[in-house]
Amino acid sequence: MKIVKAPLSREDIMELQMGEEVLVEGVVYAARDAAHKRMVQAIQAGEDLPFEAEGQIIYYVGPCPAPPGRVIGSAGPTTSGRMDAYAPLLIERGLRVMIGKGSRNQTVIKSMQEHGAVYLAAVGGAGAYLAQKIVASEIVAYPELGPEALLKLEVQDFPCIVAIDAWGNDIYAR
Amino acid sequence: MRGISAEEISKAVGMAVIEANTKLPEDVRAALQMARIQESSPSAVHFLDIILENAQIAVQDKMALCQDTGMVVAHVELGQEVHVTGGGLEAAINQGIREGYQQGYLRKSVVNDPFERINTGDNTPAIIHIHLVAGEDLRITLLPKGAGSENMGQLTMLTPSAGIEGVKDFIIKVVKEAAGNPCPPIIVGVGVGGNMEKAALLAKHALLRQVGVPNPRPELAVLEEEMLQKINGLGIGVQGLGGNTTALAVHIETYPTHIACLPVAVNLGCHSTRRIVVEL
Repeated sequence: MKIVKAPLSREDIMELQMGEEVLVEGVVYAARDAAHKRMVQAIQAGEDLPFEAEGQIIYYVGPCPAPPGRVIGSAGPTTSGRMDAYAPLLIERGLRVMIGKGSRNQTVIKSMQEHGAVYLAAVGGAGAYLAQKIVASEIVAYPELGPEALLKLEVQDFPCIVAIDAWGNDIYAR
Repeated sequence: MRGISAEEISKAVGMAVIEANTKLPEDVRAALQMARIQESSPSAVHFLDIILENAQIAVQDKMALCQDTGMVVAHVELGQEVHVTGGGLEAAINQGIREGYQQGYLRKSVVNDPFERINTGDNTPAIIHIHLVAGEDLRITLLPKGAGSENMGQLTMLTPSAGIEGVKDFIIKVVKEAAGNPCPPIIVGVGVGGNMEKAALLAKHALLRQVGVPNPRPELAVLEEEMLQKINGLGIGVQGLGGNTTALAVHIETYPTHIACLPVAVNLGCHSTRRIVVEL
């Protein structure tokens, strides 16, 4: 099974084909609705993002609080479509991989084709299982957003399926 | 008259929300197991295996099944001989949720206002429906409902000429438009009749029924089975990735309606539809 690990180049992305199962390793940034809104506001205001998007991976997740002795609480993907309004600006900044669940709109898919990005689907509703694949977690920005804060996670053997590849092949459109 | 203290209600609700969020109802688990046996797509089988393993891990590690631990819907059947003491019933339910979500490391997913959108920090308030019934028992069914599935529900006010075919078409339209978003395999709750809010409540209530239990009216049980077959023929599949498992069940509930009305509501439940009954 192919490994997806940041930083990723455009060439790395081109090797991933719709429908294939992959394992994500290493650093992924966790962000959902409110963090995306903040990041896009920062870009529009000409400010720096809390992390350099080039070559990176964003996971659409708002985890449960970590129980004692655990790195993170339940942490499965949220519905990606709600990030469609924000995703193209991040893809233009070099974001290579998005992880979530459910379909994306044509604007996002076009942006992925233009700049070289893929969209991976993780198993929605498998938050306890996926939390076991997360080995480190720290808050990078927006702590006031609570479960919607921007996190830097480290994952191991995190299972996904390539749902939309950089050629625009879309598993949801089959 | 039988007295039940607000504190007792809070305690029971607090423990129940933790259990509901960590233990998949047995009927849902069994339906997923059956779907896994019947599924033909290798990716879907793999994802169903992960979903079933997730349920085991959640129970063992006392971790939430899903990070979206929902906004709690409380369906209360209050015996009219019951007297709640030491505080209000709704406040007691909310206090239980506050304690349970804190103690259970469950995500707080409620914002104070649809426009202001500031997290209330304790997952309250719940959405509480109270029905007065005969007797001296208090029964609270809790449904911690995630937004992935809730967002994909729809309601329409058909007129009687649309008939049963109009109802069927609407159910299929809603499931098709929802596609992979509500975390299939889904439970499809359908409310037909009443008026606008009654249809929505019926659809929600339909999700409380055990998977595998058909509507007691034979013609509605047949309709449920017909819709389930049609939905599983749509090819949406587990998580929208294709295959023959899109829904675990279709539950239809009805109510008398106006001579001019045919309201239909569809409320979708995800593969991790969590519910628990508190009896006091």
